[in-house]
Amino acid sequence: MRKWLLAAAGILALGISGASAQNYPTRNITLVIPFAAGGPTDTVGRLVAEAMSKSLGQQVIIENLAGAGGTRAAGQVAKATPDGYTLLLHHIGMSTAPTLYRKLAYNPLNDFEYVGLVTDAPMSLIARLNFEAKDLKGVLEYIAKNKEKTSYANAGIGSASHLCGMLFQAAVKQQLNTVNYNGTGPAMNDILGGHVDLMCDQTTNTTGQIKGGKVKAFAVTTKARVKNLPELPTMDQAGLAGFEVAVWHGIYAPKGTPKDVVAKLTDALQKALKDPKVIESFANLGTEPVPQDQATGAALVAKLKTEIEKWRPLIQSAGVYAD
Amino acid sequence: MEFFSEIGANLSLGFSQALTPENLLYCFIGVFLGTAIGVLPGLGPIATIAMLLPITFKLEPISALIMLAGIYYGAQYGGSTTAILINLPGESGSVVTAIDGHQLAKKGKAGLALFTSAVGSFFAGTVATFLIVAFAPILAQAALSFAPADYFSLMLMGFVAAVVLAQGSLLKALAMIVLGLLIAMVGPNESGAPRFNFDSPEFSDGFDFVALSMGVFGLGEIIRNLEDEKTRQAIRSKWRDLIPTKAELKEMAAPILRGTALGSMLGILPGGGAMLGSFAAYSLEKRMSKNPQEFGKGALAGVAGPESANNAGAQTSFIPMLTLGIPSNPVMALMLGALIIHSIIPGPKVVTERPDLFWGVVTSMWIGNFMLLVLNLPLIGIWVKFLTIPYRLLFPAIVAMCCIGVYSVNNNPFDVFTMAACGVAGYILYKLDCEPAPLLLGFVIGRLMEDYFIRAMRLSFGDSSVFFTRPISLTLLIVSAVALILVLLPAIRKKREEAFAE
Repeated sequence: MRKWLLAAAGILALGISGASAQNYPTRNITLVIPFAAGGPTDTVGRLVAEAMSKSLGQQVIIENLAGAGGTRAAGQVAKATPDGYTLLLHHIGMSTAPTLYRKLAYNPLNDFEYVGLVTDAPMSLIARLNFEAKDLKGVLEYIAKNKEKTSYANAGIGSASHLCGMLFQAAVKQQLNTVNYNGTGPAMNDILGGHVDLMCDQTTNTTGQIKGGKVKAFAVTTKARVKNLPELPTMDQAGLAGFEVAVWHGIYAPKGTPKDVVAKLTDALQKALKDPKVIESFANLGTEPVPQDQATGAALVAKLKTEIEKWRPLIQSAGVYAD
Repeated sequence: MEFFSEIGANLSLGFSQALTPENLLYCFIGVFLGTAIGVLPGLGPIATIAMLLPITFKLEPISALIMLAGIYYGAQYGGSTTAILINLPGESGSVVTAIDGHQLAKKGKAGLALFTSAVGSFFAGTVATFLIVAFAPILAQAALSFAPADYFSLMLMGFVAAVVLAQGSLLKALAMIVLGLLIAMVGPNESGAPRFNFDSPEFSDGFDFVALSMGVFGLGEIIRNLEDEKTRQAIRSKWRDLIPTKAELKEMAAPILRGTALGSMLGILPGGGAMLGSFAAYSLEKRMSKNPQEFGKGALAGVAGPESANNAGAQTSFIPMLTLGIPSNPVMALMLGALIIHSIIPGPKVVTERPDLFWGVVTSMWIGNFMLLVLNLPLIGIWVKFLTIPYRLLFPAIVAMCCIGVYSVNNNPFDVFTMAACGVAGYILYKLDCEPAPLLLGFVIGRLMEDYFIRAMRLSFGDSSVFFTRPISLTLLIVSAVALILVLLPAIRKKREEAFAE
């Protein structure tokens, strides 16, 4: 009995020492994705997880914890044991949640350790095929003429298309007729059917339709043009000066995760972002990994801070809240 | 002539892809896994496919898609088995199968019900696959002409179908539908604002269909069975029960045909059409039947029609995904995700740029349906045997499986508690002679209907005449109105007769 207890204590001690970076990681790591499997964020997460597994020597397993616009997953990871075995990959929603949700159970700036930025996914402004405008200038003229009769589809509150729509409406200084859908699929369906005018969504969702000639595309929302949609100008080039939005992704760990463990994770992330397979897969999604100096905790915190400040006034003046 | 030679060329391309030993194997793995998870209560294709996604990264995209598709329609097959044998519908499509299927099982005709379901599904799958081969692009285009206003009217028609579902009191059925609607109100509304969540994050996304269905149907049934040793109806079935008599064959033929037609049509609509198929088919059969009073007490047509519609819809719901890149449901969204990982951007160009992929997957569906038939007919005997397991072992096993299954849907322990509470509610409803099927239908349709209503009103700037000026919407409204009158007439007449009798 005594022997048995000793053995158990030994195993326990091993388990505890496993939390230090010396031999971290000693078992599978869970990367929580706050959205359903199959979506753009999930795809980014899976590609990075596979590449990080290689350099960490342990499997990074994806767990999809969808719900409450991504805040359920973030809240759970914030409360998880800070041992480096539970991580979160979240997108731009991490910075909008503190304003969209007035009763958020966690603080994005206080409850996490920051591993690094992953990628800035571009978005594109599209319209139904029989929309009369030819380019962004035409869209702006159409909006000036039709005002709030112009309809804009989004994939639900807090989604990338919702955020882009808020920014767009602020930029054109015109409230549009916003139609909410639950997910990009149904929204795209109504764009293809010609029932709704405009949508701005991640290129992951729009590229297939743009290349297939089923929608009109006007511009991409990133600072630079997108490689696999070379014919599209940026919003800035096409006539909306300074308009820029990207769906940025970052990896987080619960507050209190040992510094050396976070450093190991940052290192693994940087290696993953240099992986040719990741670069190629990202390119197919219309995006690319962030530069190495951005794949750091410091860069992620800085990004998070500026983005929270960027979205707060926009959301508040739009007056839409998710709780 | 050109039309047929083109189909021939496409089919031969498809079969050349689908009939490679490797792809046959993946197809088999898919339908086998699908059947297995379909049979296990609560475990659904979404959780399974999400778990298998990493494996598919290593496969050829076509093999991956063939396998994932197999899991999806295989699960539809398997789901009806549990619905019939233990009254546990794991998906909205098999809710109505449970009504008459389980009654048949109680009468000792479980084998017959399962046979009907398997044959009906196979026939429907074959026809629906052929529809995809011949008309996919046209059908996809037709589906796009459905605007939010039209979907609203379609859902309204679903509501009327729910009223027809009722066997007993019309008033109680209506009450159940409204209760379902009210439960659906919990959670975010169309613009994302929370409702009835009591400031608790648990309620913020509303209730989960699987938890609700498992609770009201499955657990409710188990509690009811525990109540009294004597009321426990032993379900016994022998192998020879499986082979239908000539009269029974005749009885199921027409419902299978009608169910296939209805399911195929509704399945094309990505906004919840596939789900309506089985409900609509059940209502249609009850209307068409010479003995509508048999429905709810084990009518064969009540299994044949909905099951065919369900499987036809499962196949044709691939049309928007394959031709346009639009997912009809979360399972399809997962499959599109798998394609993206393989660097295939889903969209209308996949058909022309990767015809091997498109036609390979389509033909594999027919092969998969055939495999399901071959796989399931012999299995019926085994499934029925499961029911001979003593209750003291069977019930705890079912409850445990339900808990695992419900948890796996969202990885959320709260759903398990929801299921437990719904189990108690289901038992109370049974005691009150209220049927759970209209409740579930009210629940699934309610939220969709509200969303479509708001979208339609937004797009028309608050002008409700849009429901009457759009031809599709108007047609659907007229159909609903006629159907409702047909349902209400006998009830009104009966009232009158009662009044006269007094």
